[in-house]
Amino acid sequence: MWIKRPDDVKSSEITDEKLYISRRRFLAAAGILGASGAGLLACNTDARGSGSADGEVAAAGQEPEKPNTYEQITSYNNFYEFGTDKEDPKQNSAGFHPQPWTVHVEGLCKKPGDYHFEDLIKPHKIVDRTYRLRCVEAWSMVIPWEGIPLAEMIKRFEPQPSAKFVAFTTVLRPDEMPGQRRPILPWPYVEGLRMDEATNDLTLMATGLYGKPLPNQDGAPIRLIVPWKYGFKGIKSIVKIAFVDKQPATTWNIAAPDEYGFYANVNPEVDHPRWSQATERRIGEFRRRQTLMFNGYGDKVASMYAGMDLRKNY
Amino acid sequence: MSNVLTRLKPVAFVVCLVPAALLAWNFWGVTHDRPEALGADPVREAEIFTGLWTLRFLAITLAVTPVRELFGVGVLAKYRRTLGLFTFFYACIHLSMWIGVDWFFDWRAMGGEIVKHKYILIGMTTFVLLVPLALTSTKASVRRLGGARWARLHRLIYIAAITGTVHYLWAVKKDTLFPLVYLFVFVVLLGFRLWERYVGPVRLLARRQASRRRATSLGRAATTNTGPIGDAK
Repeated sequence: MWIKRPDDVKSSEITDEKLYISRRRFLAAAGILGASGAGLLACNTDARGSGSADGEVAAAGQEPEKPNTYEQITSYNNFYEFGTDKEDPKQNSAGFHPQPWTVHVEGLCKKPGDYHFEDLIKPHKIVDRTYRLRCVEAWSMVIPWEGIPLAEMIKRFEPQPSAKFVAFTTVLRPDEMPGQRRPILPWPYVEGLRMDEATNDLTLMATGLYGKPLPNQDGAPIRLIVPWKYGFKGIKSIVKIAFVDKQPATTWNIAAPDEYGFYANVNPEVDHPRWSQATERRIGEFRRRQTLMFNGYGDKVASMYAGMDLRKNY
Repeated sequence: MSNVLTRLKPVAFVVCLVPAALLAWNFWGVTHDRPEALGADPVREAEIFTGLWTLRFLAITLAVTPVRELFGVGVLAKYRRTLGLFTFFYACIHLSMWIGVDWFFDWRAMGGEIVKHKYILIGMTTFVLLVPLALTSTKASVRRLGGARWARLHRLIYIAAITGTVHYLWAVKKDTLFPLVYLFVFVVLLGFRLWERYVGPVRLLARRQASRRRATSLGRAATTNTGPIGDAK
């Protein structure tokens, strides 16, 4: 494979190799290489089997998962606490102080309390996770996060069996977050996950990206990443983690219940009233690509929703 | 004043092209040496940019008549057609961005968008409303249709102003401040017309006419002996 190719090799085959290598790299980064050997074969077959014009679209999901640039990831953000325009968070977050930082843990667990940021992350190994991020507005990025699997962090708090959900809250600092001075959303921002979602291998408490601490506009100093869900589930600048027995009310669901569900799993078949979800634009690309079920992470998460009507539980 | 404004028309034409030129320059930059010229999502940026300029030109077009009447700058009427056509021009770029760049001529998908999403539907409606106005913008059309029918047809712009703003309002996720500002501007501009129609002509105009009448009658009084020439004035 690494031997220099003869000139008459079809371009489609070259693409296949590129796909393969990059997907390997991506999967390795995501730590799920071992599980998906069969999937790899299948995806290569898919790419080869489709015609060139349609193939671009058909294989879009498996195209090289090249991470977006640091500039893109830090200049195009939805973080309404700093303003509703995509460029606002970068422009308006310079005065935000992510340190010192304390996360309050409460609810149905044996180790509640206030955890300083350093104490929260010190016992854990920081891992690299390059994930696709699919926004509900039908754009996406690939982001090399680093952080702590939420499952490991949760273990330390020793949740009780009665804890069925985890609720997260963003910091409330209208003096540092100009967006919070207007009642665009009910502040502070609240998000939640079912316990099995929170402890899924993919779920990450991100503390950095591209090997640097999280920039303010990306949710410093600690934020949630749930790669198979729409981006708004990834609550930023977390100050509270609560273990609860009932499904928590979440911000966007409160603001527009017919538009934003609690689950918010990426699903190309269920349209948002405002945006069709079948396709997405990867930031940095002009052409739309197909959106993948569960954002392409179905092998790791689909079983959690077996038997659920995903049209109702959007 | 009116002479200057007439001569400035070519300049105004060039000024109206500035947003389009800026967009073209930035688009060229995105594909060449300045990838961040239109932000991280150039397609979205271009759509928002051209959509907003369509609404702005629509507002400027609708402002011509009130400004003309309030400040007595009759010559502004000469700008109305140009401004209206620029509104259509930016609407065309806006729509072509959506068709050619955003959806890359995927007609089926676009059909689905129009049916599924009300903000797309009302945006399309707005464009459709503007088409007959652009097509009948020539002097020949005014003659062919007759002034009254032409004027009635061109009242479609009032509906387009509202549907266009609602398109913007519905496209926005949560922060509706700016769409509401545009809506306010259009309500004022349309309100002016309603007021004029049902309450009577603008007071300033009425006052000016009154003073003109007074001046004429005074003039007539002073020049009675010159015969009917004063009346012809």
